[in-house]
Amino acid sequence: MSIDTAPTSNTTALDATNGATTRRDILHRLLMTLGPILAALVIAGCVLLAVGVDPLAYYGYVLEKGLFSPLGVQQTLTRMAPLLFLAAGLIVAFRAGMWNLGGDGQFLLGAVTAAASAPMFVQIMPSWLALTCSFLLAMTVAMIWSLVPALLRAYQGVNEIITTLMMTFLGTSLANVLVKLAFRDPATTVPQTRTLPVEDRLPRLFETTITSGLLLGLAAIILVHLVMTRTAFGLKLRIVGANPRAAVHAGLGVPGLTIAVFAISAGLAGLAGAVDILGVQGNVRADWNPAYGLAVIPAVFLARMNGFAAIGFVFLLSVLSIGGESAARRLSVPNHFTLVLVSIVLIVLALAEYFDHRYNQSRRA
Amino acid sequence: MSGSSSSSVAGRDIVALEGVTKRFPGIVANNSVDLSIRAGEVHVLLGENGAGKSTLIGMLSGLQQPDEGRILVDGKPTPITSPGHALALGIGTVFQHMMLVPTLTVAENLLLGQPWWQRPRTEDLEARVAEITRSLDITVKLHAKVSELSLGEQQQVEILRAMVRHSRLLILDESTSMLTPKGVDELGALMRRLVEQGLAIVFITHKLKEAAAFGDRISVLKLGRKVGEIAPERFRALGEQEIISEIVELMFGKQKDDPEAVERPVRTVLTDAAPLLQVADLEVAPTDNAPGLSSISFEIRPGEILGIAGIDGNGQKQLAEALAGQRAAISGSVRLEGVAIEALSVGERRRRGLRYLTDDRLGEGTVGTFPVSINFFLKQVGAPPFWRYGIEQRARIDKHAGELVREYDVRTPSLKTLVARLSGGNIQKVLLARELAEGAKVVIFNKPTYGLDLANTLASRQRIRDTAARGLAVLLISTDLEELLNMCDRVAVIANGALVGTVENTDDARTKVGRLMIGLAA
Amino acid sequence: MMTGLFSEVFLSALLFGAVTAAIPLLLAGLGEQMSEKAGVLNIGIEGMMLAGAYLGFVGAFYSGSLWLGFLTGAAGGVAVALIMALLCVRIGLNQIVIGIALTLGLEGLTALLHHFQFSRSYPRLPAADATVIPLLSDIPVIGPAFFKHQLIVYLAVALVFAMGYLYRRTQLGLNLQAAGDKPAALDVAGIDVIRTRTVAVLTTGALAGLGGAYLANVGAGLFIPFITNGAGFLGIVLAMLARGRPIWVLFGALLFGVCLSLTTAMQVAGINIPTDVIQMLPFLAVMIMLVLFGRRASLPAALGIPYERGAR
Repeated sequence: MSIDTAPTSNTTALDATNGATTRRDILHRLLMTLGPILAALVIAGCVLLAVGVDPLAYYGYVLEKGLFSPLGVQQTLTRMAPLLFLAAGLIVAFRAGMWNLGGDGQFLLGAVTAAASAPMFVQIMPSWLALTCSFLLAMTVAMIWSLVPALLRAYQGVNEIITTLMMTFLGTSLANVLVKLAFRDPATTVPQTRTLPVEDRLPRLFETTITSGLLLGLAAIILVHLVMTRTAFGLKLRIVGANPRAAVHAGLGVPGLTIAVFAISAGLAGLAGAVDILGVQGNVRADWNPAYGLAVIPAVFLARMNGFAAIGFVFLLSVLSIGGESAARRLSVPNHFTLVLVSIVLIVLALAEYFDHRYNQSRRA
Repeated sequence: MSGSSSSSVAGRDIVALEGVTKRFPGIVANNSVDLSIRAGEVHVLLGENGAGKSTLIGMLSGLQQPDEGRILVDGKPTPITSPGHALALGIGTVFQHMMLVPTLTVAENLLLGQPWWQRPRTEDLEARVAEITRSLDITVKLHAKVSELSLGEQQQVEILRAMVRHSRLLILDESTSMLTPKGVDELGALMRRLVEQGLAIVFITHKLKEAAAFGDRISVLKLGRKVGEIAPERFRALGEQEIISEIVELMFGKQKDDPEAVERPVRTVLTDAAPLLQVADLEVAPTDNAPGLSSISFEIRPGEILGIAGIDGNGQKQLAEALAGQRAAISGSVRLEGVAIEALSVGERRRRGLRYLTDDRLGEGTVGTFPVSINFFLKQVGAPPFWRYGIEQRARIDKHAGELVREYDVRTPSLKTLVARLSGGNIQKVLLARELAEGAKVVIFNKPTYGLDLANTLASRQRIRDTAARGLAVLLISTDLEELLNMCDRVAVIANGALVGTVENTDDARTKVGRLMIGLAA
Repeated sequence: MMTGLFSEVFLSALLFGAVTAAIPLLLAGLGEQMSEKAGVLNIGIEGMMLAGAYLGFVGAFYSGSLWLGFLTGAAGGVAVALIMALLCVRIGLNQIVIGIALTLGLEGLTALLHHFQFSRSYPRLPAADATVIPLLSDIPVIGPAFFKHQLIVYLAVALVFAMGYLYRRTQLGLNLQAAGDKPAALDVAGIDVIRTRTVAVLTTGALAGLGGAYLANVGAGLFIPFITNGAGFLGIVLAMLARGRPIWVLFGALLFGVCLSLTTAMQVAGINIPTDVIQMLPFLAVMIMLVLFGRRASLPAALGIPYERGAR
């Protein structure tokens, strides 16, 4: 009899969004998220204390810069744009049970493609069309880049964790090669691509410095969320993710869906690269790699693949990274402390979820 | 009736349970159970699914600990804390699901469990195995990989493992479910030899006839309680039929007869009607872990039930999957209403009316983490009216799911309940509802009652009969010969991926099928 | 220039560098292989290497003993592995999430500690003494390339064969494989699955930490933030490609080592090809091999799945 009930204890919470969410559920979820974050802040504060930095001052600066200063919050929102695209791509992949760990390579190739093409396009067409073309081109290149892992997984069953990891190493190097050899701006001494003039970049929102890429990112992640939860296509992907054998049994074309998942996920990562270049950076310098991909993966997990929750976590991540940069400068703490903080948040949240689950089980007994 | 330790028969208890209770979320799996297990006895534990047999074994083999009560080993209260501890106490278990590492050899599997710093003692093992196999009259391929053995051979390896480890008590959990009638008899004889050597055996089954044939003592479990025991002296005094009717009374309280023995209703198969399903020379290549199929040919007419009998693992699953389109065939034709469908996809075959009810209900039949409602429509994702322009129509889905829940009597707290939380019987009802939905013409049932309790077994069988009565063609794959003889018009026997013969289900069908299954001509 | 490229001295320096670059990858790969064999996907290995690199450097720097440095490095790896074992093996949290968290956390933590301790002085260790193997080291080209390394290099190569023996011939090897392929079978055979997997993860930590310490103390002679630069992830790739055979980890590590060494050599020789091109070569080679011979990867059946007794 124990065996009859066992599968329930083993089920993942990935698809917990299916049930109706009552107000108590939401409150509970909120508490289970904010509580661990607070606890993580305290633990990370102890790390700061240990190296002789006043944690209150540090967090104060983070909030002041990342959240409360007008300039800072604009930077935070601008930073969100590429992260949202990356998160959207990861939601598709993870819900379909595919570990696309190659986001950084796809991101950089998208960025380089956009940086190389946009300055050329703006010379021959209106800038809105040029930007659109650059976006599409960046997306296409990233999609093609994902084709090898996709085909290997779909038809040979080769584990995508190794292939995407290798493709991300390859992609990072290839992006550098392209910047240094193919698209190098002859006018500068440091190797970088030609710079897209500010007036041709994505427009800023109103009178602020916030990029309109933020709206594109929000649209992308909400669209992905709706597709995954409300459409037949999304359901098919979720079936593949939750039980691949059931997908075969139900007659779904698993290889085709696999390739689609990789293409969408990589395409969104490519768009993330493009939105960062076309909206903010304007060019790609050699050896530039912000490594957003590895940081976004935890955010998506914490959000349990839910698009709206992911927006929240991406915002938190942006506040921490923008605020962290400022606090780091002012307290002469390296910016890398943000990594420690993210790591602790992640572990404490995972633990909280585990104990919550255990508590619920023992209460039902 | 449940007086255990006060029983008067000679022979001491090797293991005794006193008032053992075990609770799980929402249920009491074992409620104050007393049990005495003695050397030289086959103690049959009989009960339906959910009666608490598995939990009881779990506690004896150290996988679980009782919440109340105690377990005595050699008369001393002994908490069995881990599987290793159970083995050290001399309690060996052959689980229902094989517990061998498929990528290791038989010898390596038998060596598992020694302290890690020791070198594997292959020579000692070989000597000991030779000694045991000689005394039990079995043969075991020591250097074959486990994945290359048949299920019956794997079971012998598991029994051997218990013996190698000097077990005094051997627990056999549902061990006959994948054996041939001959294999079952052999296991019975083997158990007899083992108890004669002084072992105690606990034999778990839900088949009444096996209980009566192989037991010395029978304990009946029902909903976690022990509802009765037949001691050896009474056991010997009664005839087989009397024992069965007494057990039935204990288990169900009312019927006196074997409840599975339903009269096969006389159905009229339209012999002159064109066959709904025609399979000719179907051939499938073998893979690493599955046998192939060779020259499979048969026809099923409207209203007919064709049974496929055979020992598990002889290509039944491959046959079902090849017909459903999940497994590629090398050659041969499959015709549905005269139209060739062998080149079509799984989805297209289903749309044309070919339905496959899988035996692997949670593994591939359903998505355990999805709600009941969605699982009704897994094979129709994207189809109107439940999806329009690719958008989910929740109201339509819930409405129809609600109707199916009522029609098929699915016991679920709500439509949003995750399907993995339902019992096996209710999951099977979800599958039945899904596969028998409108448009079905040919239905393949693979082991439709495997692992179900009696009530659900009978309900499922009735569904299958009704399906045939509606004029559909039914292919019923089962390892339960009784079931096939109860239900089918004809029974074909599969062995090593080929149909070795087909028998009309008349009075002597049992003998004929039995002969075909062990490789003799009918 | 061309003669310079193919001179004996250049060639043996290239191969010497290849071995030096390969050793951390070898240790990481062997470590990851053990975790994976036992059914644990250890994405946190990059973090374990960083902990090993930092603590290995600290140990060697303050004690002046390279060996003590290796010891503290291995201990650092074990400390991180202990967290992984507790969270992922004992209570069964998601291995990928915790692995990434540990990698991120150790990246940040070691960079932070480095900043406060060494960022002003950037201290270096003296070059490590090599153990020169008599006779063999006199062979032209090969001698200086392969037989003038630190003792730990020879030990690491010996470890490959020790691991091979362990997996094929010992009880522990059987237990590890069972823990990865069918943990329930191991459990009912009386061996604690959790303990077996914990041993595997801790061993991974020790080997990864050792690899990190080698990277800092021998390879670079100093600790800098992010010094591993993806070596741990390369270790994962090597382990997965090696399909449970330690010898293949060695071959893979040497292949990557040659390419890394070639990058440095070309910079020294002033050849005007971006080093990125060379860095791509091993990945290209492996990807092409996967495309051409992309048989189904034979990973353990229970890889990545936490073991829970009684669940199925």
